[in-house]
Amino acid sequence: MRATDIGGRSRISVAQQAFNEVVDALPDGTHLGIRVLGATYRGKDKAEGCKDTQQIVPVGPVDRDAAKAAIATLRPTGFTPVGLALRAAAEDLGTGPTTRRIVLITDGEDTCAPPDPCDVARELAAQGTHLVVDTLGLAPDEKVRRQLLCIAAATGGTYASAQTPEDLTGRIKQIVDRAKDTHAPTPTVVSGGEACAGAPLLSPGVYTDREQISEHRWYRVLVNDDEELRASVSIALDRPVNRDYGVLLRATAPDGRELVRGTDAGSGRTDVLSTGLRWSATEPNEDPDAQPSPAASDGPTAREVCLVVSNSFATPPGVAASPGMPFELTVDVVAASPAPNAPGLGRGWLLLLVLTVAGLVTGLMAGWLTRWWIATWRTK
Amino acid sequence: MINFYDVRRRLGFAVLGASAISALTGLLLAAPAAATPTPSPGAATVNQAGTSFLTATAVHAGQPVHTPAFTGDYLYWSFTATPGQVTEISLSVTLPPADQRTGASTWAVEVFDGLRRRQACTAGAQTPTATADAAEVVLGCTLRRVRSWAEPWSGDPLPGIYYIRLSVVDLPEEDLGLPIEVDMLIGTIDGGTSEDDGDLKAPLMPPAKPGKVVTAADPTASDGPSPSPEAEVAASWATDWLPEFSARWVWTTIGGVLAAIAGVVGFSLTWRRRT
Repeated sequence: MRATDIGGRSRISVAQQAFNEVVDALPDGTHLGIRVLGATYRGKDKAEGCKDTQQIVPVGPVDRDAAKAAIATLRPTGFTPVGLALRAAAEDLGTGPTTRRIVLITDGEDTCAPPDPCDVARELAAQGTHLVVDTLGLAPDEKVRRQLLCIAAATGGTYASAQTPEDLTGRIKQIVDRAKDTHAPTPTVVSGGEACAGAPLLSPGVYTDREQISEHRWYRVLVNDDEELRASVSIALDRPVNRDYGVLLRATAPDGRELVRGTDAGSGRTDVLSTGLRWSATEPNEDPDAQPSPAASDGPTAREVCLVVSNSFATPPGVAASPGMPFELTVDVVAASPAPNAPGLGRGWLLLLVLTVAGLVTGLMAGWLTRWWIATWRTK
Repeated sequence: MINFYDVRRRLGFAVLGASAISALTGLLLAAPAAATPTPSPGAATVNQAGTSFLTATAVHAGQPVHTPAFTGDYLYWSFTATPGQVTEISLSVTLPPADQRTGASTWAVEVFDGLRRRQACTAGAQTPTATADAAEVVLGCTLRRVRSWAEPWSGDPLPGIYYIRLSVVDLPEEDLGLPIEVDMLIGTIDGGTSEDDGDLKAPLMPPAKPGKVVTAADPTASDGPSPSPEAEVAASWATDWLPEFSARWVWTTIGGVLAAIAGVVGFSLTWRRRT
């Protein structure tokens, strides 16, 4: 942070200025906390230096003066315990129904592994609290970039390399704006079953789950005869994977008969791979075990439809298989849209014209025929 | 059973060659005029983009989008489409200064429907590659005409929400995280009157609220007296062969009246000449 390479100024002074501007621009009602790493211990002992992370501003409504005063005292020292700081920051933020965002700003790669900061990020993401880590690198350094990209990918966050003070300020403000926009309830965490029988029964809504490579996750949904099932799945690529991959979402009857499938495949760099499906019954339910719909016991019977999410990812050697890759499952049940029956009726200006011309021709023919008939009758 | 629709098409072309040709030239003239969407006057510029399907920023047709971003970001926007609509998306990305980059980059604009199913582009540069010294890369995508109804098993575009994702799909890893500027504009072409039958009872609008896991359906609940399939069939038999009231009834009835009038006129013409 002491290096002077951002517009001729030291990284720490640029970071401090950017932070001050952001604190000024924060909307009221934002909850902000600041945690520093490698900012107090000046010794050479790695064991001590790697514990060096403190929360200098506790998470809560912004106190602008206190935050600025705390930032002004920051001085960079030697060690960068990124993994430990991430874990502590996640604890600072606690748990709740909304998305939590960590903005990690650093100019140096982690010097304290283990724990590897990327593993820590994946572990935090897998804990079920919806945590996103946005990363900002202040140095054009390959190791820093690799590490920050890995952390961002593991949590669905972003990576930016700040080359100018404006980049840094702009990016932090953007992240704050996004945090404000995404202040919405996070998807429900669910754990899919290994087979249709006994799989969790889902109501319409958004869910998240994780599945390992080549694992199948099952869910059940109740669909009435006059309803349509809609489901979509987005599986996130939170770790390095081989070049080509695919995702498959199938709806099956409880006996395993496939009803419909949605599939997508791709290759190269992407954040999520998605697919979806629609399904509605075409014939009345004749299943004797059908359960009456919860809404009306004498209404149409509800049948159970199983959903199974599977994937065809593969990882290069050395990439951990566990925890599984996160995916988002959206389930909706709406009124069915039956196929329009062949109408036997026409529409459009062309139809009117054809009918009119046909009528005219018929009238003329009838007229001439009548005239011819009367003429022959008269001559007789 | 004869499909009336096809019959009238064929008859139409036979009887009305001239008007069909004029309609065709009208279409040909209209197509180039709509090649680039233009911002609608007074539309406020959107200055942000979402980072996932759930957080996609909603935009309208004709509303310009201008947002700073960084190489490697996945940017999401969403818009809604109605039946008969043809949507055109045009995007341009101002790349970081060439001296900061090390190689060529490939960009992609991908469109997904409300069920996150990939939608095909019928025209436009969907995945262009920018050379190492390019200052800007232009992307475009024209979608298929939105249908008013499609079978659940088909992937036809349906009314509802659509998602746009802009990303860089291939580039040297060192070039990630550099600042870029993104401009986007969505334009719509009216694809003409929708000639599809049937309608989607609910547009493809995915739920955004967290779901609730129903622990299990209560197995002790006794089955209520559900109507037998035979009874249902009997009840619907009377209305089964008679299509529901729709615009087609009106068109056909007017057509019949016109034909009758034309018949009387034609008949009287042959007699008037005599007198």
